[in-house]
Amino acid sequence: MELRTEPFVLNIGPVHPSTHGVFRMRATLDGEVVLDLDPVFGYLHRGIEKLAEERTYGGVIPLTDRLDYVASMTNNLAYVLTVEKLAGISVPERAEYLRVIMSELQRIAAHLVSVGSFFNDCGAYFTPFLYMYRERENICDLFDMVCGQRLLYNYMRIGGVSQDIPDEFMPALKRIIPHIRGRIDEYDQYLKENEILLARTKGVGILPRDLAINIGASGPVLRGSGMKWDIRKADPYSIYNRFEFDIPTGIQGDCYDRYRVRIEEMRQSLRILEQAVAQIPAGEVRADVPHLIRPPVGEAYAHVEAPTGEVGFHVVSDGSIAPYRCHIRAPSLMNLTALRDMIIGWKIQDLIVIFGSFAITMGEVDR
Amino acid sequence: MTTSLSTREIAGQISERLPDAVIDAAGTAILVNSNSLLDVGAFLKNTPGLDFDYLTTITAVDYYQYFEVVYLFVSMEHNHSLVIKTRCQGRDNLTLPSLVGLWRSADHQEREIYDLMGITFEGHPNMKRIVLWSDFQGHPQRKDFM
Repeated sequence: MELRTEPFVLNIGPVHPSTHGVFRMRATLDGEVVLDLDPVFGYLHRGIEKLAEERTYGGVIPLTDRLDYVASMTNNLAYVLTVEKLAGISVPERAEYLRVIMSELQRIAAHLVSVGSFFNDCGAYFTPFLYMYRERENICDLFDMVCGQRLLYNYMRIGGVSQDIPDEFMPALKRIIPHIRGRIDEYDQYLKENEILLARTKGVGILPRDLAINIGASGPVLRGSGMKWDIRKADPYSIYNRFEFDIPTGIQGDCYDRYRVRIEEMRQSLRILEQAVAQIPAGEVRADVPHLIRPPVGEAYAHVEAPTGEVGFHVVSDGSIAPYRCHIRAPSLMNLTALRDMIIGWKIQDLIVIFGSFAITMGEVDR
Repeated sequence: MTTSLSTREIAGQISERLPDAVIDAAGTAILVNSNSLLDVGAFLKNTPGLDFDYLTTITAVDYYQYFEVVYLFVSMEHNHSLVIKTRCQGRDNLTLPSLVGLWRSADHQEREIYDLMGITFEGHPNMKRIVLWSDFQGHPQRKDFM
């Protein structure tokens, strides 16, 4: 007797533990093999771009916290840089250093979450995740000191930062830098040559370099594919041209490379932090900027290297107290463009690993 | 540092090849005719020395009388950038050529502009709403939506 098979559709999400938020994938399967994939967005769409048009320039900052909510600091920074470019505002030296310190701490915190949840997706349920969160906790405590918040910081301001750091901040930061470095080395030693991890991620979900560029990938996804492109080096903002650091890249663009890039980036961030701590001057932390600013008519685009990739804001001013248009370039949305290409032909277990290796945040995808 | 290329110079190069494409190049962006957008895109991507391999972002802005769509291109090879703008007059049945065939990064962004601003991109392989549900009425990012 001849057995007949037919493809069937499996709905993954929108609230599945491996979907990194409310994301849905309609997968067409032949047995375990994925034949087609249709990503469905929009479950976390709040219309942030529209809301921004009804707020003052300063009032938009808390909205930016809610984009990539595991990396609020870098979202804040991208927005305030854009408004400063539009209005021609310069920032005091100490504030620039504080911005760099917060951005790099944020990068480490976000990568710890990405790496931890990536191991969840690989099937190492919550053991690596718990340890990553334990280290992230140190950084959350630091953020709590400077702005009283642990997740949505609302710390950057147009012309600087909201307040100077308290006296206990610097000793605590100096203490955690070697601590986190040691922990990263320790975890990396356990995990990088783990046979199960290698089997599940090496050669899986390859994103070729040319395709990565064509789909507009950025951040660890682009660098994992071997492209040496980091906004901090390619188009330095704030004071990043004063620091020495390397851009880690992958070789073939598989899930393992993306994971390795994140681990290396945390080490580079620690290097930047050490230099910033040594150089930071005393002084003002906020330029004298009026509460309601009215940038001249025009438009500006500014971008930063956030943990997920290039976060950019395109703000159009009509000379009033509110942005006429505020468009957000969301790296997670762009990175997902290649998801379908990378998953077709792999098994459903690999789908979860490949998707996890992007480390997207739905707050940023849907906005 | 990413260099912003001179709009006048590039507009001159485009005009040599595509005489009717450029409308204005006085500001920080080149305003092109929407009919020649696809040709301009191919020119920017394939001309040696320009090599714009990366479409960073697309923004649509509602100015009531017309919609302006702003494209930011980057060449990772040469580390330079260029802003191209195009306009759609009126408010109904707006169409623009899709750039997905040249840069797939336009895929989700054009769908988002269709969804929220109501501009249809011709030639897009999957022109449907992205963040709102399929029977939603209207385009909420427009200035006159509420």
